[in-house]
Amino acid sequence: MADLKAQIIEQLNLQEVKPEDIGNDQPLFKEGLGLDSIDALELIVLLQQHYGIRIANPEQGPEIFQSVRTMATYITAQQKQPG
Amino acid sequence: MSNGNAYITASCVIRDQQVFSNGSLLWQDAPGAELTDFLRKGYDRFSGQYPKFHKMDALSKLGWLAAEILLRTAPVEDHLPEQVAIVLSNRSASLDTDLRYYNTVKDIPSPALFVYTLANIVIGEICIRHGFKGEHIFFTTGGFDAQQVKAYTQILLDTGVATACLCGWVEVMEQQYEAVLYLVERQQREGGKPFAAEEMRNIYDLRF
Amino acid sequence: MSEPVWIAGGGVICGIGATLPACVEAFSRMQPGMEEVQYLHTVHRGVFPVAEVKADNATLAAQAGMPAHISRTALLSKIAAQEAWDSTGLGDLLQYRVGFISANTVGGMDKTEDFFADYLQHPNKGHLQQVVHHECGSVTELVADAMGIRHQVATISTACSSGANALMYGARLIRNNIVDIVIAGGTDALTRFTLNGFNTLMILDQQPCRPFDDTRTGLNLGEGAGYVVLVSDVIRKHLPNAPWCRLSGYANTSDAYHQTASSPDGIGNYLAMKGALDMSGLQPKDIAYINLHGTGTQNNDSSEGKAIERLFAPDYPAVSSTKSFTGHTLGASGGIEAVFSALAVQQGIIYPNARFATPMKEWPVAPATVFSSGNKLSHVMSNSFGFAGNCSSLVFSKE
Repeated sequence: MADLKAQIIEQLNLQEVKPEDIGNDQPLFKEGLGLDSIDALELIVLLQQHYGIRIANPEQGPEIFQSVRTMATYITAQQKQPG
Repeated sequence: MSNGNAYITASCVIRDQQVFSNGSLLWQDAPGAELTDFLRKGYDRFSGQYPKFHKMDALSKLGWLAAEILLRTAPVEDHLPEQVAIVLSNRSASLDTDLRYYNTVKDIPSPALFVYTLANIVIGEICIRHGFKGEHIFFTTGGFDAQQVKAYTQILLDTGVATACLCGWVEVMEQQYEAVLYLVERQQREGGKPFAAEEMRNIYDLRF
Repeated sequence: MSEPVWIAGGGVICGIGATLPACVEAFSRMQPGMEEVQYLHTVHRGVFPVAEVKADNATLAAQAGMPAHISRTALLSKIAAQEAWDSTGLGDLLQYRVGFISANTVGGMDKTEDFFADYLQHPNKGHLQQVVHHECGSVTELVADAMGIRHQVATISTACSSGANALMYGARLIRNNIVDIVIAGGTDALTRFTLNGFNTLMILDQQPCRPFDDTRTGLNLGEGAGYVVLVSDVIRKHLPNAPWCRLSGYANTSDAYHQTASSPDGIGNYLAMKGALDMSGLQPKDIAYINLHGTGTQNNDSSEGKAIERLFAPDYPAVSSTKSFTGHTLGASGGIEAVFSALAVQQGIIYPNARFATPMKEWPVAPATVFSSGNKLSHVMSNSFGFAGNCSSLVFSKE
């Protein structure tokens, strides 16, 4: 999850945030890390760029991007799927 | 055109790695400093505590930073948010970011970059920062047209649409950049100058 | 307090017609302009429906009387601006003090893209002439020169409200006696750039868009140009025909919320509509029809609905989004919809909102779904709300 945090920081230009500042279960949006709708789209790009995962429906975003842990779980699940 | 009294009560000029506030050199970076680095240093020096800054494109960063410096000592809170207007102009619109975005399209297009492919987003960023809800407009012209910016701002003040206006020029194209912002108000303040195209030119040319 | 500013005519070219009468005909026959991409070269062909102007650049250039190598944005602009001018019956433009205030957001991007396609293959290739006219301002200059307009020329770039802001600027130029006539509106051609960009934002509908419907999932892009001719009270007396209507109110505000998203309660939208009403000296009940911004995205329509509810509840005027026919023409939309709205006052037209079936949960008001004319519409409002929170409302009045 440390790698994922670093990737999030880079993708979203969170220049004043360090990986250790982000809790595994901290909400990424609103009161948590304060991300917005454009950040959500950038996280979709991140998944495609680093993990080859495509999300066509942005409605899935809120569920996947709740926290670093939910993102990591989603990535692992996708990577286990054959093909 | 009607010509009610109005005054330039503050100004900020940023170009050639230098920042001028009300005509005085406030800060300068090493000559030749790269634009992104220069803007980051400016942010650290004059603002900080606004992480959204790092997500902006160069045009928005430059305009946002100029507004930050312009309003440092200006009593803009005397005005209702609905009565603060913004009138900006430039030559290249958002072309600098358009081309950057275009370069991402062949790989994975970046949503965060596309957001900034409109010239007026810089105004949106300034409004979000300061809560301004008044009228705003962005002109694209071949060069800084003090007369046009003056005329439009004067109309907003004369018709009561605004009691204060941030106006001027914010241009970025690769490493070429320039921001000149004026705060214009109805009331005179210490050091204020009459709101006239000639005075705007003087400030633009740093003739004080 | 201020001199009245009149609408003496208008012109439109867009995905539903090459002239204003053709567009009205398309509305009356319920024929929206969204189809598969035909003229633009893009990998998204067949994926996203768009409302293209149904002509290639050579045809448009012949119609515009301009060279075919210049930007499609300029060609569309010239065609609509010329139609607008001709509709006034004022004759030789050179006799008057005329301004041209034109909005656009893409400039000559279509030509720049062609340049880049060559350039990326061979860096020493590509025609530099194609990027010379990229700047938004040069599109306006080209058209002003072609029409012989020289008193006042300006380009406005405030995203999707640009076209409406051009009318505001034009009215002020007349009121301040800088010019007597202003051709005001906007133009934008469809480009790969915008199609890719809006796709990136995941707000393009793969079906024809459904503004103000609960099942809406995004917008369709369109292209075109639309201009009104604003005239002073003095010029009005020289018009061979009565003016269409009067531009009685306008306001522009900042939503101050987000770069692209509208605030949930639509505060900027509310303030713009309220400001325009106040300026025209009207009450909400006086407005008979609102031409909605109505893009068809979840966020936009919900915010606009909330703002209308706050200002107009419980008695709503007729409303509809003509973007359900024309697609979202970006910088042109405020100009095109101003022409539609001004004509609505003159001819009593309420435009239909295509493909509406299910009312939204947030604001369960049904838009008009059939075309009608001959209604008594004394006052019509047109909304244009753009990225960066730039919100504009215009009010057109019979007298």
